[in-house]
Amino acid sequence: MAALDRVKVLVLGDSGVGKSSLVHLLCQNQVLGNPSWTVGCSVDIRIHDYKEGTPEEKTYYIELWDVGGSVDSASSVKSTRAVFYNLLNGIILVHDLTNKKSSQNLYRWSLEALNRDVAPTGVLVTNGDYDREQFADNQIPLLVIGTKLDQIPEAKRNEVLTRTAFLAEDFNAEEINLDCTNPRYLAAGSSNAVKLSRFFDKVIEKKYFLRDGNQVCDF
Amino acid sequence: MSFLIDSSIMVTSQVLFFGFGWLFFMRKLFKDYEVRQYVVQVIFSVTFAFSCTMFELIIFEILGVLNSSSRYFHWKLNLCVILLILVFMVPFYIGYFVVSNIRLLHRQKLLFACVLWLTFMYFFWKLGDPFPILSPKHGILSIEQLISRVGVIGVTLMALLSGFGAVNCPYTYMSYFLRNVTDADILALERRLLQTMDMIVSKKKRIAVAHRTMFQRGEVHNKPTGFWGMIKSVTTSVSGSENLSLIQQEVDALEELSRQLFLETADLHATKERIEYSKTFQGKYFNFLGYFFSIYCVWKIFM
Repeated sequence: MAALDRVKVLVLGDSGVGKSSLVHLLCQNQVLGNPSWTVGCSVDIRIHDYKEGTPEEKTYYIELWDVGGSVDSASSVKSTRAVFYNLLNGIILVHDLTNKKSSQNLYRWSLEALNRDVAPTGVLVTNGDYDREQFADNQIPLLVIGTKLDQIPEAKRNEVLTRTAFLAEDFNAEEINLDCTNPRYLAAGSSNAVKLSRFFDKVIEKKYFLRDGNQVCDF
Repeated sequence: MSFLIDSSIMVTSQVLFFGFGWLFFMRKLFKDYEVRQYVVQVIFSVTFAFSCTMFELIIFEILGVLNSSSRYFHWKLNLCVILLILVFMVPFYIGYFVVSNIRLLHRQKLLFACVLWLTFMYFFWKLGDPFPILSPKHGILSIEQLISRVGVIGVTLMALLSGFGAVNCPYTYMSYFLRNVTDADILALERRLLQTMDMIVSKKKRIAVAHRTMFQRGEVHNKPTGFWGMIKSVTTSVSGSENLSLIQQEVDALEELSRQLFLETADLHATKERIEYSKTFQGKYFNFLGYFFSIYCVWKIFM
């Protein structure tokens, strides 16, 4: 069992949106009782069955790297964080549904992670601004998760959900909206669980079953 | 007539300051957060506006701008409003918002907010005991009481800030305090950090696999519950669980280590940037100022 293959997924987002609670929920299937600030990076493991229910079912380790901090940190903290962005296979972008600015900062988060991971021979396209084309041919799968769904009153829910749908479209990614203190949102068989499973399958496929000749991340 | 002109000038400048405070709040302080209670932003901007107006009035007094009686009127008005805000509104709202965040006291927010405010007033009043504020010229419930206490707090804060600034500024800018950091140091520390993360990952994998096999075998609870559970666990030892708690302790220790390594690496990066900054023109200027002021302060102390 120790010889399972592994896959690395980053969990990015502003301070306080609920990344640690989310990672704890995904990996331990329990709600995190005492959330506290994440200093540096905290990793957790989820065992995922690729193509569950089919004859090709295989088990993989998914490492969820939860990186703490904010987009406006000092550049020394940003350079230190960049050490964790090596060899990543997928990104989960987390934002707070009650705080519009955390979803706006997601663009900058994804640029920070993706630009770090450009292959050494690639051309650096960084002028710091959001560029939609960068996400169109992006090889790394993204998933957008909105937290604190329970804190939005029913009346405003539609408007918030339309806004996040646009956000997910910009990233060319699926989106899940949930509340990290309630495991029922990720119950087996629910649409959220299916989307999550599909995302992890996509990440594993991109790493281990590449069709084109791209040799960057196959090991 | 001149009173009207002067008042309009004062009101215009107050509105300008209010707008500036509003923008500052929105752009700098709450850059990454959404404002849920606009009361906070309004109080901040109002306090800022009136403080700046007081400063402006002092400048006008020195320069002799505006009519003397209208200046006096605006000064008294300003003073009253600022004291009202500082002593009554701001502490009350701080107490109110603190109480609304604590779930236990959520029901009777106003009551507890008033209790907190009364506690604040008690300590505020007690603050004036060591000082000779009470004098027969003005009674006990006069404006002088409030102003003197606010003055005491203000002067203490300014002294603390100046002291901190005087020590922090040379330490930050003078190159005498900069350690030499090379790229090799940073790379070595980063490698250690990544190695620690790898060790954490491998240990967590073992824990996850053990949990999964236990779950598949149907043993969900491995903690003894109740008195008979404890007796039972003496005879039938679950072999995996002791191992697991040992690994969990190792993981906790490694996570603490990884946090320390991360902070050290960030520190090294910051020092490297400071070294680069000190080589620029601005850096050299501040370095020179640091030396100059340190020597000047020492000279002033002893002469």
